[in-house]
Amino acid sequence: MIKMIGKSNFGHERVCFMEVEHLKKSRDIKWLKKMSKIIRVDILEMIGVGKKGHLGGSMSSADLVTALYFYKLNHNPKYPNDPYRDRFIFSKGHSVLAQYAALAEWGYFSKSELKKTKTLGSILQGHPEIRTPGIEANTGSLGQGLSMGVGMALGGKLDKSNYKVYVITGDGELAEGQIWEAANAANFYKLDNLVNVVDNNQLQATGQIKKRYDLGDIRAKFLSFGWKTFEINGHNMQEIVDVLDSVDEVKGSPSVIIAHTVKGKGVSFAENNYRFHNAALTKEQFKQAKDDITNIEA
Amino acid sequence: MILLISKHEVKKLVRKKSLREAYGRELVKAAKKDSRIVVLDADLCESTMTCYMEQEIPQRFFEMGISEQNMVSVAAGLALVGKVPFVNSFSVFTTGQPYNQIRQGVALPKLNVKIFGSSCGLSDAGDGATHQSVEDIAIMRAIPNMTVIVPVDAIETKKVVRAIIEYPGPVYVRISRTPLPILTEEDTPFQIGKMSLIKDGSDITIFACGLMVYQVLRAREILTDRGISVRVVNVNTVKPLDREAIKKYSKGVKGVITAEEHSIIGGLGGAIIEALSNQMVRVERVGIEDVFGQSAQTHKELLEYYSLTPENIIEKAEGLVKYK
Repeated sequence: MIKMIGKSNFGHERVCFMEVEHLKKSRDIKWLKKMSKIIRVDILEMIGVGKKGHLGGSMSSADLVTALYFYKLNHNPKYPNDPYRDRFIFSKGHSVLAQYAALAEWGYFSKSELKKTKTLGSILQGHPEIRTPGIEANTGSLGQGLSMGVGMALGGKLDKSNYKVYVITGDGELAEGQIWEAANAANFYKLDNLVNVVDNNQLQATGQIKKRYDLGDIRAKFLSFGWKTFEINGHNMQEIVDVLDSVDEVKGSPSVIIAHTVKGKGVSFAENNYRFHNAALTKEQFKQAKDDITNIEA
Repeated sequence: MILLISKHEVKKLVRKKSLREAYGRELVKAAKKDSRIVVLDADLCESTMTCYMEQEIPQRFFEMGISEQNMVSVAAGLALVGKVPFVNSFSVFTTGQPYNQIRQGVALPKLNVKIFGSSCGLSDAGDGATHQSVEDIAIMRAIPNMTVIVPVDAIETKKVVRAIIEYPGPVYVRISRTPLPILTEEDTPFQIGKMSLIKDGSDITIFACGLMVYQVLRAREILTDRGISVRVVNVNTVKPLDREAIKKYSKGVKGVITAEEHSIIGGLGGAIIEALSNQMVRVERVGIEDVFGQSAQTHKELLEYYSLTPENIIEKAEGLVKYK
């Protein structure tokens, strides 16, 4: 067992015991980058050859998910129901492959389950469900996860518990009106224990958001809703871990991190290509994708 | 056990009481005992009567503004961290507007969220069709894992509040804006998933819910005079439906009638017919005939306009006993 003491969200000492010997949480950027490569390979393996899978959004959020699970989140697979754990909700539920990969690496369930993703009877559904160990909310129908995060954050305030709630939304998802209902509620109730990370990959399922259904200035919108806003390169691990620490300093209002990402990141032919939002790979494409990920500079 | 209403006494005996008033008061009582209870309302707390909660335990009352979709998902989040959220608005707005939020966020993960549909049926008479729920039971009943309860009076409403707190999982409760006659007593048993026999009889069985139970009792008086023996069952839990009880009460009678202040499609009538689908028994439905409501000066006017009346029930019963 490894005892880790890291920087806390709330200025308290954060202690985490880990049973998974080969894993640790770390601020070591090189190591985190290595972990994100493992996550990307896992995602690719889950999609496989000839079966449709949400490659684009899983890859664009892979670095964010890695930083959350392997650096920031106060979580422990041994105590998945610990009431004081941090919560993470993947509101853009179709990208859940990235989360399944992280949860499997942590030992929430066996890595062998990954192969069964989206097959009949599997604990790993096409979109997140709480019946999967480590999944905190049912999402997939877009626009609801941020509101659920508001509920969890309200509950935390009510219980004077200092856990934090992290939500990843997609920029395409921000077209859902409910997001802005949640944005208003989070500010009204001063939920500084809520962080919304926008996986800003600029593509919706059918093309470029700017052309298909322009959402305008996302940062200005959140600002006008009273949120503290941050903007980063969502593939720069240093920037990700830094900003995840910075939001801890925010008091009295919720935070949004607009993470500029590339849809399909790490897979050459899928990068910035909306056709790989949910696509099947050929044998050749699969091999190419694997090579591409292996060659990502760590 | 059951308030004894003998022939010709129905009208003069009844006291009317507000269900929403009973709900609001009971909720505060329950919340004082159980710190898990939190209450959310979408700018209608003075109609749903959750205003009592706001007055007495403000830290566990959340005004969510007129944003029912967000309200339901926030309730899901609260349930996920161990709270027992009560979600409130008019029944149109807690079932229709956040349908998918209930479906994905609450029902699929079987979360402990209690959804209250206030001003149900035609009871918000003046506001018209937009505010009158004729299909809320059908919508909620169709969702897997959902429980649907229609209390018959103020006393039963209080029991429902107590029962659903101890009953894990999503529940939808529809309550009237109109004060309804008291038909039960404090010690009348209420159990989720069971229905209660109010009056026994042998010619016709009438399954009713909500305010229609009283209309049925009025009809029963006249039918008794005309020599027709009527059994009256209060189906306070529409889902899960006690199918065995339905079969038992429908056996040996000349016909069955269902009565609800709801569309004849998908509500209590639909549910009863589903349960009796393999039984040899004639069934007539009294309900709103697949149309929307409209404005009127009183709730009573609407009940008459849409034939949710003792007269309609009598006509259906007399028609059924004619068959051999």
